[in-house]
Amino acid sequence: MIKVPFGPQHPALKEPENFTFEIDGDIVVAVKPRIGYNHRGIEKAFEQRTYIQNLYLAERICGICSDAHTTCYTQAVESLLGVEAPPRARYIRVIVAELERIHSHSLWLGIAAHEIGFDTLFFYYWRDREVVMDLLESISGNRVHYAMNTIGGVRRDISPEKVSMIKKGLDFLEERMKRYIEMMKTDQTVLKRTEGVGVLKRRDAIDLCAVGPTLRASGVKNDVRADDPYAAYDEIPFNVVTHDGGDVLSRILVRCEEILESIEITRYALDHMPEGMTRVRVPMAVPPGETVSRVEAPRGELIHYAKSNGTARPERYKVRSPTLGNIPALCKMLIGCHVADIPIILAGIDPCFACMDRMTFIDLRNGDEWVWTMQELRRRYRND
Amino acid sequence: MTKALSWARVKSPWLIHFNTGGCNGCDIELVAALTPRFDVERFGILLEGSPRHADILAVTGPVTLQVKDRLLRIYEQMPEPKYVVAIGTCAVSGAPFKDCYNVYGGVDKVLPVDVYIPGCPPKPEAIIDGIVKLIQKIKGEESRG
Ligand code: SF4
Repeated sequence: MIKVPFGPQHPALKEPENFTFEIDGDIVVAVKPRIGYNHRGIEKAFEQRTYIQNLYLAERICGICSDAHTTCYTQAVESLLGVEAPPRARYIRVIVAELERIHSHSLWLGIAAHEIGFDTLFFYYWRDREVVMDLLESISGNRVHYAMNTIGGVRRDISPEKVSMIKKGLDFLEERMKRYIEMMKTDQTVLKRTEGVGVLKRRDAIDLCAVGPTLRASGVKNDVRADDPYAAYDEIPFNVVTHDGGDVLSRILVRCEEILESIEITRYALDHMPEGMTRVRVPMAVPPGETVSRVEAPRGELIHYAKSNGTARPERYKVRSPTLGNIPALCKMLIGCHVADIPIILAGIDPCFACMDRMTFIDLRNGDEWVWTMQELRRRYRND
Repeated sequence: MTKALSWARVKSPWLIHFNTGGCNGCDIELVAALTPRFDVERFGILLEGSPRHADILAVTGPVTLQVKDRLLRIYEQMPEPKYVVAIGTCAVSGAPFKDCYNVYGGVDKVLPVDVYIPGCPPKPEAIIDGIVKLIQKIKGEESRG
């Protein structure tokens, strides 16, 4: 039995995270994730900033699903305030969210290709991804943090010229994506490395509370967009893509087909976008109360919880990102796999540690856990 | 011999990337800079997995308390001469995570930084520009030294 540390700095991980594998021969028998390298203390920071400032912070929880986080945040605050975004804003939210999903999934497909040693494919995916990035940049002005959402609506409108530009981009992507799906299904290099690798059975996926494409690749039909529609999803027809394999190949196909679905949703939303305002005026004071808001981020179900005490800042804010939900499932998939398959299985859940990391206080001598207040934390760590 | 080495260094600097707690935005843009549209490899820049082979440490993110020791360790493992590039506002000054209890704020709090590339996140063009500036800086040092 050998113990192999993996990370926090590792070529297969873009983010600092540490896993310890116990290995018997070439087979993984135990996995111990150690999260926390990326913990910045965002939830506490939420409590120190005003609701408007928090918009920018929510965006910076994650650089890939930034729009999902702001959508979730604005929905939470809107529900505290009792206002609703105007219909056009809700459609624009859908459009940006779906474009973001396309970019996130193509990014992941590239990374997955890289992990199986197929770098040519990686470059193809990322080249096509630039098309979506251009669309997002032309809508919002930034490639990563779009700053589209605001409390009570969206900050920028989509003009008719942009609509035709987006449609052109989508046509190109659709054609490329169809080719890739064909290729992924038939290419020996891809099949050999992904078929039957990292299997997560349907039962396990449900028991371990997997979310998003990881769950859907195990044959479970679950999508917040369909189950608990937000924004304009209740008015837009779409399919929830599932596959039954539970292996990495299914995860690849689920994401490929979701891109096609997203293209359709975006087209529909562009055609059916109602006229009108893009934001409403909202009262500055947030009444006391608490709320939960859910969004289907590219990686799965994202949950934000907010508690207000009537002041200008939230009293408590909590973020449960999809990757955290997938970690137990990930450990399950890794057990019994070959060492060489670790990178692709790890990458298979599309981990995003930036939004996931958290910490807890543990006294190593007796295993006690406790909670600290902000003042205590600052005193301890910053000496002020 | 040293001349040959410094020539090689200027022509083909190898880069190692380390995320010290950023939001991922900068990391993705750094990877995007490697892909066909931007293609930093035309400057001879290669992304490397091991600190022992690298000349340039590209840091993204505000340094978190947990990651600091790792960052120092990676820096120490790199052979001399070595350079540090801070990519993104987080790595430059710690904003927007300034004042978070778990964050030092800015790579220059723990390491000497040669080039700062601000932006949240900087566009791949800006990252390339920053790295090319660093190459010029190295060139200047080599010709003087
Ligand atoms: S500078 Fe901005 S994009 Fe880069 S890691 Fe920090 S928050 Fe993310």
